Amino acid sequence: MMENEETPQRPAASDAATEAEAVRRSRRAFIGWGLAGLAGLGGWGWLVSRPQEGGIPGPLRRVLEFNENVSGAYFKETRLAPEFARSRATTPRVNGKYGLEDELDPAAWRLRVQSIDGQAREFTLADVQALPKIEMVTELKCIEGWSVIVHWAGARMADFLSHYQLPAAVPYLLLQTPNEKYYVGLDLKSALHPQTLLCYEMNGRRLTPAHGAPLRLVTPLKYGIKHLKRLGSIAFTTERPKDFWAERGYDWDSGH
Amino acid sequence: MIWSGLWIYWANDVYRLGWGDTTVLKFFPKSFYEAFDIPFKLAKGMAWHFVLMWVFFVNGLLYVLYTAFSGEWRYLLPTRHSWREAVQVTLHDLGLRKAAPSARKYNGAQQIAYSAVIVMGLGSLLTGLAIYKPTQLAWLTTLLGGYESARIIHFVLTLGYVLFFVVHVAQVVRAGWNNFRSMVAGFEVVDTAEPASKAK
Repeated sequence: MMENEETPQRPAASDAATEAEAVRRSRRAFIGWGLAGLAGLGGWGWLVSRPQEGGIPGPLRRVLEFNENVSGAYFKETRLAPEFARSRATTPRVNGKYGLEDELDPAAWRLRVQSIDGQAREFTLADVQALPKIEMVTELKCIEGWSVIVHWAGARMADFLSHYQLPAAVPYLLLQTPNEKYYVGLDLKSALHPQTLLCYEMNGRRLTPAHGAPLRLVTPLKYGIKHLKRLGSIAFTTERPKDFWAERGYDWDSGH
Repeated sequence: MIWSGLWIYWANDVYRLGWGDTTVLKFFPKSFYEAFDIPFKLAKGMAWHFVLMWVFFVNGLLYVLYTAFSGEWRYLLPTRHSWREAVQVTLHDLGLRKAAPSARKYNGAQQIAYSAVIVMGLGSLLTGLAIYKPTQLAWLTTLLGGYESARIIHFVLTLGYVLFFVVHVAQVVRAGWNNFRSMVAGFEVVDTAEPASKAK
């Protein structure tokens, strides 16, 4: 006799009856779970067959947007990315040249800022460097999964916008390289974060062309894909702007 | 979840078992990637991962709530006897000990394993959040030893699930049909010596 404390044992009326009952209940359970499994497979099949939006099925895009709303509701600009000792800073690998295809004449370079009514103003590097210089040692995180600590210096985007009285009453910014082949969409909250810099120095030296000279975006609120190099223009938009990597299957927000 | 995780991990597959220049096991060998068609799916992997994380979270939450409110936790939580019994169970299962452990719903080894996997689930959730939002949740990322450290823990926990799964399936196969049926259908057929005896 086998002791079993947990399971109430029903008296066996007859072996045959017990066996019939067991078969019946087993069949019901296996069919039930089998159908549940099939429903799961069917749901997956339906999901991947939906029209693609920016390289992934539409429903996945919806969930990414939902996640963005959740993290957006939690977002506070007073939360800062950790900073590290300068001695730990190293040079990140050059991981992409989109938008940097042409030669750049640094003397002719201007940063063009376009307001919502289409009016544009141009700024020189000296205009940006005239603003308070912010230095920070933060971790640059590539969407591929690697990270590296870098010592950045530049002007706060928030300082730049307020000092030159640029209208920031819209929810989005579109940043582009001068040739407009690489472009990044940014939400205003992230743009105004105190660690979002218009950066002109990396590890104590002027930016090299490969790292985005003369001016690039740096923000520990986003993956490296949003750290646009060789910034050519900033446009304010009411609609969510296009984004190079979001068109290729990645999350538009890519926020940290 | 693990599948999409592999698509993500592939893009920066730096982990290995080894020391110095010696590598015992690289995560993962080329043949592994090719066999499972892993390469160049980072974007898709991230999209799926950030959808399935909700399934993982809700499923885990429902399981814990059900276990807590149904009273099933009494069978699942290890007691101070579980550790000793777990050693005996392991020795028995490896064929090193003759005496079979007492038959209960969950033995000590199971209690420890099933409780540990819940703690691991919580660990995956927290390390996942730490690498998902390392600035807004910087306190959590720092608590877990930083971004790189949280990513390693997240990876190692996943290896843990795979190990759990392998042992789990092997044990189910060993335990036989009646046990498997009890897992699926929720009942077990118990032999009694005399018909209709000892109804509790």
